[in-house]
Amino acid sequence: MGFKSFCFKKSLWVFHFGGASCNNCDIEILDCLTPRHDLERFGILLVGSIRHADVLLVNGSINKHDRERLLEIYKQAPKPILVVAIGACGCTGGIFAESYTFAGPVDKIIPVDAYIPGCPPKPEAIIAGIVKLVGKS
Amino acid sequence: MATNLFYFLVFPGLLFAGVIGAFLSWFDRKITARVQFRKGPPPLQPFYDFFKLLLVKETILPKQGSPVIFLLAPVFAVFGATMAGVFILLPLFNINSGFRGDLIVIFYLLTIPSFSYIMGSLASGNPLAAVGGSREMKLIMSYELTFLLVIAGIIMKAGQQFDLNGIIRTQQEMSPFVGSISGVLLLIVGIFCVQAKLALVPFDIPEAEAEITEGIFIEYSGAAYAFIKLTKYIMLFILPSLIVALLLGGFRPDGINILWSVLKVLGIVLLLTLIRNTNPRIKIKQAVSFFLIWMNLLAIIALVLISFGY
Repeated sequence: MGFKSFCFKKSLWVFHFGGASCNNCDIEILDCLTPRHDLERFGILLVGSIRHADVLLVNGSINKHDRERLLEIYKQAPKPILVVAIGACGCTGGIFAESYTFAGPVDKIIPVDAYIPGCPPKPEAIIAGIVKLVGKS
Repeated sequence: MATNLFYFLVFPGLLFAGVIGAFLSWFDRKITARVQFRKGPPPLQPFYDFFKLLLVKETILPKQGSPVIFLLAPVFAVFGATMAGVFILLPLFNINSGFRGDLIVIFYLLTIPSFSYIMGSLASGNPLAAVGGSREMKLIMSYELTFLLVIAGIIMKAGQQFDLNGIIRTQQEMSPFVGSISGVLLLIVGIFCVQAKLALVPFDIPEAEAEITEGIFIEYSGAAYAFIKLTKYIMLFILPSLIVALLLGGFRPDGINILWSVLKVLGIVLLLTLIRNTNPRIKIKQAVSFFLIWMNLLAIIALVLISFGY
């Protein structure tokens, strides 16, 4: 493991993209930053601008409007960027998979590095997913 | 020449101030975490952030706007902060540069980082960055007069001495300036000025995370953002050191006094962190009136008290 990848793993800054979400996943993501779970222990921070981000969290079902915005956000991100799809909607489409506005799960639009299924996934599941992602890269 | 380069690059300039500033930045984040009943990041976290930004991430240049100024602004910011750091830290570590009137130079050098942030944000061609830049400009205009009044008060207290070395020596021979009523007033005003200069929370209006998504830094990524982080680390060290030098009697590099010197800087940073954690962000209008009316009033009262000898 080189110095560069070590530094990268130790300081993942997260940008949160919410598609047409029901807000349950958003709440669970915010739960990870609360005192009980505290992801800042591992250097994970929520940033406001995509230019500072290392991880793009995508949750919610992606409809036709979101698709363009997601692509735009992905193009604006400085590489290397990791993409994490959170929740049933982000991974597969969930109950919206056959809707007429649905534009495909996240991996049909941009390459995804980790999937965290669940409706919504528990904060523990999100942390486990992040740990697996860090181990993989 | 070689000595000057050593002063600038290694001690007490870029390397030393950067490393100590990074530790203070960790201290700030750790205290913030403890205030919120969290655990907080590991001690080397600022270094991981810096090296990740510098070595791993890609730097994206703005399509609209001026890429040259956009990239030069962080370099200017690091330069200004380091120069100011050298001028502040040399007298503090008892190295006499033989330069009289350095307080005025320090005052001007300390504004260079803010000005280069404004230049960089306006060169990025992003509307949110322009909003941030104009807010930073208003913030500078409001706190700079107050900061000048604080420095004027210190100069009056020290008996018309314009060099930091003389001011520190005067305090070490008699007593620290904070031990009088006017000194306490100047300390309060100075702490708020430092808070605004560092853009910590009640005054983080130019980089408001929630409303204009980091404002002036919105377009920065990769190595350019790493330099901005480095500037922030250095400023977090040198501004509390300046307060220590002006009001709390400076450092003394002998015996138990080393511990006192460290505790003084840590105490000032702790105070800044606690202010930052217990206050909401205010509007730019409130910040301007806070400095132009209330803080200037306090500073002028302090000046009057000094002229009567309190």
